[in-house]
Amino acid sequence: MSLLDAPPAALAPARTLDSWKQRLQQLLAFAGLLVIFLAFSIAAPTTFATYSNVMNILFSAVVIGCLAMGATLVIVSAGIDLSCGTGMALSAVMAATFMVTWGIPVWLGILLTLAFGAFIGFVNGTAVTILGLPPFIATLAMMMICQGLALVVSGVHPIYFDPVAQKSYLWLSTGNLFPGSGFPNAILVLLIAVTVAYLVFNKTLLGRYDVSIGSNMEATALSGINVKKWLIVIYSTAGVFTALGGVMISARLGSAQPATGAGYEMQAIAATVIGGTSLSGGKGSIIGTLIGALIISVINNGLQIIMLPQQWQNVVLGTVIVIVVFIDQLRNKQAKTR
Amino acid sequence: MRPHSSLLLQVDDVHKSFPGVSALSGMRLDLRHGEVLGLVGENGAGKSTLMKLLTGIYARQSGQFWLNGEPLDVRTPREAEERGLSIIHQELNLVSHLTVAENIWLGREPLAGGLFTRPGEQIRRTRELLDRLEMDLDPRALVAHLSVAKQQMVEIAKALSFDAKVLIMDEPTSALNEAEVAQLHTLIRRFVTPSTGVVYITHRMPELTAITDRITVIRDGKYIATTDTASTTLDAVISHMVGRAVDTSATPVGVRDDREVILSVRGLRTRTMVDDVSFDLHKGEVLGFAGLMGAGRTETARAIIGADPITSGRISLRGKPVTIRNPAQAARLGIGYLSEDRKKYGLMLNLDVTHNVGISSVAHRFCAGVFERKGALRRAAEQTVDLLKIKTPSVNQRVKYLSGGNQQKTIIGRWLVKDCDILIFDEPTRGIDVGAKEEIYHLLNTLASQGKSIIMISSELPEILRMAHRVVVMSDGRVTGTLSAEDATQESMMALATNHQQDKKEQ
Ligand SMILES: Nc1ncnc2c1ncn2[C@@H]1O[C@H](COP(=O)(O)OP(=O)(O)OP(=O)(O)O)[C@@H](O)[C@H]1O
Ligand SMILES: [Mg+2]
Repeated sequence: MSLLDAPPAALAPARTLDSWKQRLQQLLAFAGLLVIFLAFSIAAPTTFATYSNVMNILFSAVVIGCLAMGATLVIVSAGIDLSCGTGMALSAVMAATFMVTWGIPVWLGILLTLAFGAFIGFVNGTAVTILGLPPFIATLAMMMICQGLALVVSGVHPIYFDPVAQKSYLWLSTGNLFPGSGFPNAILVLLIAVTVAYLVFNKTLLGRYDVSIGSNMEATALSGINVKKWLIVIYSTAGVFTALGGVMISARLGSAQPATGAGYEMQAIAATVIGGTSLSGGKGSIIGTLIGALIISVINNGLQIIMLPQQWQNVVLGTVIVIVVFIDQLRNKQAKTR
Repeated sequence: MRPHSSLLLQVDDVHKSFPGVSALSGMRLDLRHGEVLGLVGENGAGKSTLMKLLTGIYARQSGQFWLNGEPLDVRTPREAEERGLSIIHQELNLVSHLTVAENIWLGREPLAGGLFTRPGEQIRRTRELLDRLEMDLDPRALVAHLSVAKQQMVEIAKALSFDAKVLIMDEPTSALNEAEVAQLHTLIRRFVTPSTGVVYITHRMPELTAITDRITVIRDGKYIATTDTASTTLDAVISHMVGRAVDTSATPVGVRDDREVILSVRGLRTRTMVDDVSFDLHKGEVLGFAGLMGAGRTETARAIIGADPITSGRISLRGKPVTIRNPAQAARLGIGYLSEDRKKYGLMLNLDVTHNVGISSVAHRFCAGVFERKGALRRAAEQTVDLLKIKTPSVNQRVKYLSGGNQQKTIIGRWLVKDCDILIFDEPTRGIDVGAKEEIYHLLNTLASQGKSIIMISSELPEILRMAHRVVVMSDGRVTGTLSAEDATQESMMALATNHQQDKKEQ
């Protein structure tokens, strides 16, 4: 017997300018991706746009993409996760420990690794909500803890997977579910990860509370949402994506490399920001982040192909981020004062 | 139209539209020297938009402004200030982690050698200003620690610190109680000289008779009429605004003391403010909470829903003792709280109407498994927009683009959709126009007659008299009295509201 059992209203137009603007923005990002790709194809005609190099790009996009999915969820809540790079390395070490050292079956090992990732996120989320630490500090500490633990657990050297015992693990990245399609499984995994992230973000309560917390945390709490609980859920979910990144990078390399990982968090954050997610929270796009991850992978790879010295690559990447975000803000500002 | 040098401010044929909304069309307005001009109209009529055009916040599309017969075409708020236009915005615009003094002189700090700030001098000037305005504020207090009403005073002090010719006030009193309103009116009278003038926007009709010389009414972005306050009645103004007569005479329906006690609070204390508060809320009752600003009513509400920790006291719900640790738990128990500060504690400004209406109820009403039922959610939002007549091009509009009153309706809608048994509404009609207020009163009465219980915190005594079955009066964190609807009068409530403070003075 609620007051709202009134007859339904006349249907208003389903899409507003806002949602078209978001589409346009994604289209622009995608166009940007194509332009960059074309530019490199022209700069390095024989080496860049080859099948094997495009596969290289995609493989690296798989790892950055997985991390960036998690980063997006966290950043939308007006948080940040600096631990996803070294968390990825630690997850890879854990996967190798589970399967190689302890001899656990591959499927179970993967599940345990993902659960471990969720645990890292859980600790992050707890530090942010229960202890009340700023996300930057909490995850910075976690970044260092993960970096250290990866070395401790692995005994400071890589752990190699057994090509026979962990055959299916390696297959997860480099195998072909559809033989002859030339489509490695890693790309399927990324597509699945993106789909899951998309559904979680756009169709479930987690996504709704995520943007709500990012937009106004106190108002969300006073609306009767258990903000602490949901922030822990958000960080934990991000942790699962971190661990998935760890699985995919170690399956690709055939080994867990404990000393890698640092720096990936910046790439994940950059992919998220290039994709149109606002660092101040409350606004984000999973598809945008996927495009952002592709852009970063193309630039990383292309700069290597045209043999730009390593030290210059980060300079270029940083510049690209400034330009992209600047253009984005410019467009938002115009929309406001129109 | 030609500019008139005998007019202080002249606005002619102004148009402004936003995507999907025509906010102003052919608007005009004259402000004479030495007058207070009331500007009234329904929520979303375009009042704030006009003021933002005047002060350079929005770019004008067409039309002309003149100040003392000279064309006025400012592009930034700064330029407007330099030309002598000072504005108090409807929404508070203070930097919360700065002090009162820092906020007032922000961007105009007294400097030594053009480089070094002079905090001492700044405090001294602030003291001078506050003394002149007879405001009881500490220049060093952090704005974040001030109540909404005090923040509003800071805004007013800031606006009056400019050497302004035209002072624009967009609902300056929506957060003030009667005594503070009277104080503000004294300030305005002192400000007005033969070379200055005030544009005064309000939804509180009695204030028009108290302070304005003339009243301009706008409706749907169009100029309707201007009349001398002395030669018109408020009813006439209201019917101009709404386009029909509004009945404002209804009184509370039925007295409900005999009903079941649904919420019982005993000896509630918090660290900050609340001091031994006890009261009962009956089923189907509207319980008014009256008091001066800072009486601890908001703090009591926040303590009950678990937003602030309590140090002692018991709360029982339908006779059973409960411990409420956070607002989420309160919501699960069927208690909803609407904050007095919609921008800070109410709205997700960057998100759309659907989200803002549905956020509290989506988990139990609009989900199938883990997935949201977006269609159902959207329909509920559309029904709410219809029911409360929220003026918006669609439910996908971000609430930051809604007018103040329509934003307020949006969060009221949130709690209507949630379907709580107990609603704690803190200044629910803040910024809502007369017609819509009546509709909300009617809605609250309907809810009460359906068996919902409502706590209504309000600084507007007439509103409490209209709505409440019983009134709890608070002062200085304590309950100083509980009145039945028959015993409640403006005088009896004010006496109790100032009770405690008098005790203290006598000591
Ligand atoms: N920046 C904006 N973008 C889109 N629409 C806007 C914007 N600002 C105002 N509007 C719309 O213009 C209309 C007039 O708004 P305005 O804020 O001037 O109303 P108002 O008369 O001040 O109402 P209230 O009494 O509720 O404060 C409203 O329908 C509002 O939704
Ligand atoms: Mg307004």
